[in-house]
Amino acid sequence: MLAALERRARPVLLPAGVLLGTLVVWEIAWRLFNVPRFVVPLPSGIIAETWQWRGYLLGHSWVTLYETLAGFGLSIAVGVPLAVVIVYSPVLRSAIYPLIVVTQAVPKVAIAPVLLLLLGAGAVSKVVVAFLVAFFPIVVDTATGLAATPTELLDLSRSYRANPFKTFVKVRFPMALPFFFSGLKVSVTLAVIGAVVGEFVGSDRGLGYVILSATSYWKSNLAFAAILLLAVMAVGLFGLVELVERLVCPWYVHAREPDPPPA
Amino acid sequence: MISLASVSKTYRSRHGDLVHALDDVTLDVKDAEFVSLVGPSGCGKSTLLRVVGGLTPPSGGEVRVRGAEVREPFPDVGIVFQSAVLLPWRSVLDNVLFSIEMLGRGREAYRERALALIELAGLGGFERRYPWELSGGMQQRVAICRALIHDPGLLLMDEPFGALDAMTREEMGFELLRIWEERRKTILFVTHSIPEAILLADRVVVMTPRPGRLARVLEVGLPRPRTADMEFDARFREAAEEIRRLIFVRRQEPARAGRP
Repeated sequence: MLAALERRARPVLLPAGVLLGTLVVWEIAWRLFNVPRFVVPLPSGIIAETWQWRGYLLGHSWVTLYETLAGFGLSIAVGVPLAVVIVYSPVLRSAIYPLIVVTQAVPKVAIAPVLLLLLGAGAVSKVVVAFLVAFFPIVVDTATGLAATPTELLDLSRSYRANPFKTFVKVRFPMALPFFFSGLKVSVTLAVIGAVVGEFVGSDRGLGYVILSATSYWKSNLAFAAILLLAVMAVGLFGLVELVERLVCPWYVHAREPDPPPA
Repeated sequence: MISLASVSKTYRSRHGDLVHALDDVTLDVKDAEFVSLVGPSGCGKSTLLRVVGGLTPPSGGEVRVRGAEVREPFPDVGIVFQSAVLLPWRSVLDNVLFSIEMLGRGREAYRERALALIELAGLGGFERRYPWELSGGMQQRVAICRALIHDPGLLLMDEPFGALDAMTREEMGFELLRIWEERRKTILFVTHSIPEAILLADRVVVMTPRPGRLARVLEVGLPRPRTADMEFDARFREAAEEIRRLIFVRRQEPARAGRP
């Protein structure tokens, strides 16, 4: 019973311990060597600052969160159909795929200012940057998953004279779900980055804006508080995707983490 | 049941060479007959199976099943592959009923039949289990049930026990015969194993590669029901020797001609 609890808690406790240890060493070393607080602040100072500015930070977090989620949602809405098209049509594959790769090769930080000109300084430009950063892994992973359907299953479907749509719904897409989810996990953290990049280029709200304005006033405590919230947001979203994955394809999670044999 | 007349199949390999997978294959298979196809890799036995199932169109000749020419896949066939390829998100029962859903028939009408088949295959009590909870042999039993659920007249089996360990393999062979005694189907059974081919089948079709041809069709004189100790029967040994001779003599020819 205790051993089982220990096994379940270990994936959380170990990294949490390492993090806590790092923070303690950081705090002690900084106090010992008297590092200027405005350059790199103390962990205790960051936590105090986060609490003091909680209303302000929460408001800006919300902005970044919905830009991220909109960009992520758009990535799914565009990425999955693109993956389907790529897998089902060789012609469209050779027409579209190189262009998708090109969109990935262009640094998004370089396009962001142009997008801002095009779409204005509002949330839309941030959503589009987040989308551009985040949709690629969804396309690639979903396409890989769809292409990986065992040929035997496709033969079986053909022998039953099932139409391609039915085969897609009952075989190919569910078979590709684990790939789709690994794409989502990469994508959702990238979407956070995209939203912040968009905010850096020009914005008067969001955590990216908070970091820029705080550093320009030497308020490094506040900047770090915003970074802390971004980290929490990215990790939280990642965890949320993993949770959905567990609910949607438990078979895959079971195959990946087999239950230990009964003692 | 099945009638193949001068069937040939050529296709282009990835390197662009013409491959004669099947050349002038003529064969008749009776209703409810168990026929094994045996031969080395590349002798076209899997291609022959695909041609009969309508999955691959022949390049020449004619394939008929129950008198009707085969031009495309038809549902009166059940297929079992070397790997079970079960759907991991479906329970054993739902995997068996997969065929029914793909055929566009009502699941409920086949539920009882599915349960009876699962019982017959020795999987009683495992209806609600998932593939990852089953051994390789059990998964293959589910695949066999999935191939039988819609009561096809013809069962095509492409090295169905090839991925199993030797003991499970032998057990599965007799298990298949037991099921076959209850649900008489015409079976085309591709295998690499000469003993398996003889022990299971009424007739053994020996094939040789490049181009894939029928070398000989042997009648297996062993009585049914078959048992494991029939391997010591003189008729078994004669048949096995004959098949080995047909396969290995042919194999040495290209070597003598200095080809790999």
